[in-house]
Amino acid sequence: MAASGETQTVSEYIVHHLTNLTYGKLPAGFERHGADGVHVVPEGGVWTFAHGGAEASAMGFTAIHVDSMLWSIGLGVIFCWLFTRVAKKASSGVPSGMVNAFEMIVGFVDNTVKDTFHGHNKLIAPLALTIFVWVFLMNLMDLIPVDLVPHLLMLVGVPYQKIVPSTDPNITMGMAVGVFILMLYYSIKVKGFGFVKELTLNPFNHPLFIPINLFMEVVGLLAKPFSLGLRLFGNMYAGEMIFILIAALFSAGIAWMVPAGLLQIGWAIFHILVITLQAFIFMVLTIVYLSMAHEDH
Amino acid sequence: MNINLTLIGQMVAFVIFVWFCMKYVWPPILAAMAEREQKIADGLAAADRASHDLELAQEKAVERLKEAKEEAAGIIDAANKRANQLVEEAKDAAVAEADRVKASAQAEIELEANRAREQLRSQVAALSLAGAEKVLGAAIDQNAHADLVEKLASEL
Repeated sequence: MAASGETQTVSEYIVHHLTNLTYGKLPAGFERHGADGVHVVPEGGVWTFAHGGAEASAMGFTAIHVDSMLWSIGLGVIFCWLFTRVAKKASSGVPSGMVNAFEMIVGFVDNTVKDTFHGHNKLIAPLALTIFVWVFLMNLMDLIPVDLVPHLLMLVGVPYQKIVPSTDPNITMGMAVGVFILMLYYSIKVKGFGFVKELTLNPFNHPLFIPINLFMEVVGLLAKPFSLGLRLFGNMYAGEMIFILIAALFSAGIAWMVPAGLLQIGWAIFHILVITLQAFIFMVLTIVYLSMAHEDH
Repeated sequence: MNINLTLIGQMVAFVIFVWFCMKYVWPPILAAMAEREQKIADGLAAADRASHDLELAQEKAVERLKEAKEEAAGIIDAANKRANQLVEEAKDAAVAEADRVKASAQAEIELEANRAREQLRSQVAALSLAGAEKVLGAAIDQNAHADLVEKLASEL
């Protein structure tokens, strides 16, 4: 449990673990409740780190989750670094241990793309590889004990830290929206006017039904990025929540240590499956959606 | 749970990482894998070809051996035949020579016999003449009785 000096209730502990380190612009007139009284944000607002969920909410859209962003980009850089190293080492000779392992991942992604996507597009396979490995690495952060990094950072003065980027809907939806934009781009590029027809003359092929068709198709289209992003977010958030609850169980007394430890181990082992599966699902759905965008009926 | 600029930031990071992967990660790894695949396929094909070649060579060797054996057998056969022929020829020649020698010897014998007979005849003529002279007590004109004597001699 994070020992923040004074004693915390379990709900405070959980809320603390679910709060991002947010940097943003507080609107003018917002009252900040600090240890040394109440400050009112002056005219024009102020850019600062949020202390607590209320301030983060007040920042609205003009805020950024520093922890999510840094972990996400950091893991992306690790992905690029690892695979660039492999790309440099890879030759037609006998592959060594690490190259072999990474080539297996590349080969697996390549096969999945070839099975699902039948068009010709040089973007799809690298996109799928990036999604798979990056999402996997982000999910993998979930297996690090929940208190370890936030607590260590708290000792050096960072008040909040969420180290699993994929438990932040901004991160998952950011990727889902990116995929959605690609879907729209390729739909228009490949189908042209056929895309409009698909949206208006399906499933009822009659001019009178155009509004109904359009409504249904647009809802169906919008459901794709939402299901993509929220599925990953939901799974990871729930997994993280259970880790936090198990961690909170440790504080319930000596008698709870052993069951909590067993639960922790059990859930972590099960979670290895979940994080891999979620990364795989995100990748496969991306390929499927883009494949649908390429199919001209 | 606020939706904020993080969403945009993640989208930008996403685009950059995908671009990076597309540019620097995917092509070299896949190229290396494809190259290796090609190399392995070539190696396997070469091994196949080599084993096929070996089979062919073995077949050829067996055939060669068979041919050589046949040829050797042929040569031995011919040599045997030739030897027989030579023996045969030699025998024939020997027989012919023997015949020739025998014939010449016989001719000589005949010649000698004839000569002896002639000699004998002439002597018989003289003897019979002398005998007749003795019996008759007179000389016999050799010329007058020449044909008689001749006749006698030829009857011998």
